[in-house]
Amino acid sequence: MKPNDVILKSVTRVAAVIILTFSIYLFMNGHHHPGGGFIGGLSMASSIVLLYLSFGVEKVRENIRVDFKKLSAVGVLIAVATGTVSVVFGKPFLTQTFGHFDLPIFGDTELASALIFDTGVALAVIGTAVNIILSISEDR
Amino acid sequence: MNNLLIAPVIIPLLMGMVLIIFQKNIKLQRILSLAALLATSVIAVLLMNQIRNGGIQTLQLGGWKAPYGISFVGDMFSALLLLATSIVSVCCLVYAFSSIGRKQEKLYFYPLFLFLITGVNGSFLTGDLFNLYVFFELFLVASYVLITLGGGQRQLGESLKYIFTNIIASAFFLIGVAYLYSMTGTLNLAHLSMRIAEVGQDGLITTVALLFLIVFAMKAGLLLFFWLPGSYSVPPTAIAAIFAALLTKVGIYAIFRMFTLIFYHEPQITHLFIGILAAITMILGGIGAIGFWDLRKILTYNVVISVGFIMAGLVSLTSTGIAGSIYYLIHDMLIKGLVFMIGGTIVHLTGTSDLKKISGLIRHHPGLGWMFFIAALSMVGIPPLSGFLGKVFTTQGVFEAGYYWLGGIGLLASLFILFSMIKLFMNAFWGETILGVEEEKGTTKGLLLPIALLTLASVAMGIGAEAITGYVAQAAEELLNPNLYIQAVFD
Repeated sequence: MKPNDVILKSVTRVAAVIILTFSIYLFMNGHHHPGGGFIGGLSMASSIVLLYLSFGVEKVRENIRVDFKKLSAVGVLIAVATGTVSVVFGKPFLTQTFGHFDLPIFGDTELASALIFDTGVALAVIGTAVNIILSISEDR
Repeated sequence: MNNLLIAPVIIPLLMGMVLIIFQKNIKLQRILSLAALLATSVIAVLLMNQIRNGGIQTLQLGGWKAPYGISFVGDMFSALLLLATSIVSVCCLVYAFSSIGRKQEKLYFYPLFLFLITGVNGSFLTGDLFNLYVFFELFLVASYVLITLGGGQRQLGESLKYIFTNIIASAFFLIGVAYLYSMTGTLNLAHLSMRIAEVGQDGLITTVALLFLIVFAMKAGLLLFFWLPGSYSVPPTAIAAIFAALLTKVGIYAIFRMFTLIFYHEPQITHLFIGILAAITMILGGIGAIGFWDLRKILTYNVVISVGFIMAGLVSLTSTGIAGSIYYLIHDMLIKGLVFMIGGTIVHLTGTSDLKKISGLIRHHPGLGWMFFIAALSMVGIPPLSGFLGKVFTTQGVFEAGYYWLGGIGLLASLFILFSMIKLFMNAFWGETILGVEEEKGTTKGLLLPIALLTLASVAMGIGAEAITGYVAQAAEELLNPNLYIQAVFD
């Protein structure tokens, strides 16, 4: 029997977009305010898991062609590599830097190397969290 | 500031992550993981020489000054253990190439192996208590997966025991960290040492010290070794060898660090307590080693004995005793890796670990037999092999400090080791040859090289002891003078 999940699917279509947007907001907000790579990544992972729950593993896998194991490895690589860049410049490992740039749309923007580090953290968190849920769901 | 200190942690970590991406390509995985571990060994040697010339090296991560940031501290003790870790891990990795099996190799064996080394190296180098906890968890999680890899019924049963024990120990570790933070307001090891020296080590802090002792004793197999003989005898040989060589040693390292740097004010309570634990450990381990007829059980009980013996040097708190412990610790890392590999090879050849069913292996495998003999003599402490100096200095130090009973039990434990190893040697290698070459379950092809390398390293450490005497003496001096460590961190 096919379960009736019309409500779940309809809500997910809207909610997933909202959660994804909010997770990006959390991620960008994290430099000076509450937020950051970890919770940004975690909320993004929650929206992906929501998609998996409502549309089924097969369908989502067709549309998001990402190997989440490799995604988390790439995330850690990015995070550690940003730390290592400071070693090349003769600073202690993990030293971060920032600068102000004039960008076309955003105007005067503060860009920090910590953002790249946080991207790595976010990817690692997304990869790990989704991977955990997927491995549990595969277990029969 | 010395960025080299972070290299032994990030090289295996980065390489492990790269290997996850190239999961299918076994050949590439082998080459890259070997390259990473060899690079770590080179860095360990470089660090040793920098510390020799320039004293204790430090690195404040991200440029945040201690005690606000996380410090990495490399003193001679850490550097020596780092080098021994690298040597053993390279040999175990080469052993794994021809013994671990295609299926395990595809199931992320190499990345996990590298994460294990990352955690161990990180534990040796970190100068922050919470960071120490993180690195402990890192290698423990890797070891949880490694110990269950392959997964027969018995293996899973013993792994569960291993995992539960360690999770409980880790929980106590966190509780201890929380207590210490609430009392002192810091978790930087050097800062902790300063604060406790200022306010004095009162009863409450001593209690927390004992809590930490229980945690690390559980991980090191000091008295609380009930989980050890089972868990170390189930995984594949290469994994069992790296566990026996490294994991208990990290617990020992942590006890040494905590009780020389932070909780050294009340030795008549804490160190005496460690001494009693060490003595009981040696006796129980000795009884286990001579009582069992199972090859792997005998070897695991020998791991337990050596934990007790290494602790005896710490109890003495004299420079001779500590130097002896350091010698014996390094020797033990090499030799435990070695005997576990030889034991695993015997099981691989004969298909059984019951000593009564094995006989006369030396006819077809003379090299294996004699290398085991050398390892056995070295464990007992026959000069000029590597165990000798450790035994002499530790015993001398313990006697100097007036712990005659502990020294006596230590010497008695050597007799237990001698008896159990000779029993193993005579039963497995001497006697009538019951297995022809064609009847053997496996070959030693590719397995003898890492065994020979470790034997060579162990013999070289014994004969070339002169070369490392200076390093060990410096390590002992740094351990006995916490101020050196504190000054290095806060400069």
